[in-house]
Amino acid sequence: MNWLFRYANPHNFMRLSNVLLPITAVATVLCLGVGLYLGFTVPADYQQGSTVLLLFIHVPADVAAEAAYGAIAICSLLSLVWRHPLSDIAGRAAAPFGAVFTALGLITGALWGKPMWGTYWVWDARLTSFLLLLFLFFGYMALWNAIEDEVRAARAAAILALVGVVNIPIIKFSVEWWSTLHQGESIVSGKIAPVYLWPLLIMMLGYMLLFVSLWMLRIRTVILERRARTLMQGGAA
Amino acid sequence: MITSLTAERLACARGDRKLFENLSFRVRAGQALAVEGANGSGKTSLLRLIAGFLSPAAGRLIVQDARGESDDAEERGKKIGWLGHHDGLKPQLTVQEQLTFWAALYRGTVNADALAQVGLARQADLPCRYLSAGQKRRLALARLLVSSRPLWLLDEPFAALDTAGQALVAQLMARHCGQGGIIIAATHDPLGLGNESLKL
Amino acid sequence: MNPFFTLLARDIRLASRSGGSAFLALSFFALVATLVPLGVGADLRLLARVGGGVLWVGAVLAALLSLDRLFQGDFEDGSLDLIALSPLPLELTALAKMLAHWLSTGAALTLLSPLLALLFNLTPAATLTLFLSLLLGTPAVSAVGAIGASLTLSLKRGGLILPLIILPLLSPAVIFGAGAVSLTLDRLAPGGALGLLAAFSAGAVLLSPFAAAASVRLNLGG
Repeated sequence: MNWLFRYANPHNFMRLSNVLLPITAVATVLCLGVGLYLGFTVPADYQQGSTVLLLFIHVPADVAAEAAYGAIAICSLLSLVWRHPLSDIAGRAAAPFGAVFTALGLITGALWGKPMWGTYWVWDARLTSFLLLLFLFFGYMALWNAIEDEVRAARAAAILALVGVVNIPIIKFSVEWWSTLHQGESIVSGKIAPVYLWPLLIMMLGYMLLFVSLWMLRIRTVILERRARTLMQGGAA
Repeated sequence: MITSLTAERLACARGDRKLFENLSFRVRAGQALAVEGANGSGKTSLLRLIAGFLSPAAGRLIVQDARGESDDAEERGKKIGWLGHHDGLKPQLTVQEQLTFWAALYRGTVNADALAQVGLARQADLPCRYLSAGQKRRLALARLLVSSRPLWLLDEPFAALDTAGQALVAQLMARHCGQGGIIIAATHDPLGLGNESLKL
Repeated sequence: MNPFFTLLARDIRLASRSGGSAFLALSFFALVATLVPLGVGADLRLLARVGGGVLWVGAVLAALLSLDRLFQGDFEDGSLDLIALSPLPLELTALAKMLAHWLSTGAALTLLSPLLALLFNLTPAATLTLFLSLLLGTPAVSAVGAIGASLTLSLKRGGLILPLIILPLLSPAVIFGAGAVSLTLDRLAPGGALGLLAAFSAGAVLLSPFAAAASVRLNLGG
């Protein structure tokens, strides 16, 4: 029964994702296309000028990065509680995308910062906590890669991810506390005008779909790699 | 004291690799079981499974004692005297310090002549970095004695020992069985206890 | 003696005999405190301004030095198997090891900090805050560090990956600890910051034995 359990679920995943992946891929292209088109055609903001465009690339990247960490955390919990091999693969697969979204958020944040604040980097609370989030992704990936034994690596990385989840709100809180203490430049805040809101929401949806598509594709690749390896080893699977 | 240890259709897997399956045996108080097999056949894994470090892919292990049967790994672990592949000794600590530490950690009896029994009485105040491999093994045996556990799991108990040392191990094992203890040993050599053996 | 204190005493004895990890950590801490003025210049006002942060970062890094061996030595020589079979639950084993690490590094670093505060021209009030913040915060370093040490215990080069996985988790301790010193320098009450630091520390010390024990268990089963 154990052996059945091990292989049945990746099998189901392959079938399910085979149907889902084309749908999410098309939806991703649609959302990003429409979102970018709307983004380019919105009127320039009176304060931020045309740099408001970066908003549509920056903010969704941050949201997608957080979603990726959330995905890793859920996979880690499943992995530790139910020892489910698919969730090990899924957790590991989500990390590089999370790191890339975080990096994209940081880079676009810096590019946005130059015209807004006159310098690429300001120790703004949001940017600072995203820099720390990037290191959390790096640590998670490094631990995965460092441990040879895959089962052991999966469990260790899962424990680290869950410790990270407990800590992320504390890090965010502490960084906010810190930024008020040192009175750095505060990020331009205020209500978003509805003209910007729609493109932003569509871009967010597009980024999430992009993440989900890439994630499924990566999981499929890893499962196929494993099957190929098992075949080459001459074992039964 | 334990009445018996029973394995029911045990299976052990490491990652995607199956080591063994459908393994069943029973060892009763006063008996020893020799686990034999080639390198990589899973002898050490079986011991680690019994100790509760690994969980079986299938099957179960049952310990029966005066209070009844139990397959709880945590509980089983508290009955085990462990002689592993490594000696678990610190080069900076003296022979006596090590033994006192382990006896206290195991709430065992600090048996004054445990060192004498394994022939290390004269080395009591010597830091372990100066011991030979065989002497370290003897100290590990002394630890086994002070831990006062009924179920001994021994991984290659004769390794690194000279003839006298091997005779000592045989004598300690015979005494443990004579006192109603149970021994499961992974070994290439015969235990010499009139024991059964299990081929992996 | 009960098993918890037995293990604690043995770990402290080992730390003091293997080249004195406390001495190494203290030397490293003092060296950081010497190099920073060499890097940023001898402006005493500037040094006072950055002193709290520099000493906090220095203390965290110094405490990291011996952390990778926390479980590794016992894992490699087979002692961890024997400890796991002893009556002491692994959670308490982890707690004993954390405490031993804190006593041989964090506590020593805390005691040295007032002396190094002199080099940074910190006011007496700021020095007192620094001392208190290290006293409250370094247990968190040992506790979070123990999680990292348990996750990397089977790695030959665990010392390289350990800082990467635990330093981001420790950022709140640095923020609150150094922040408390900054507040004192600005003649504001540091109580709030110290309270947050104490809460972070308490949370870390309470939760990390469970994470570390889970991780030790998985490594013994590996």
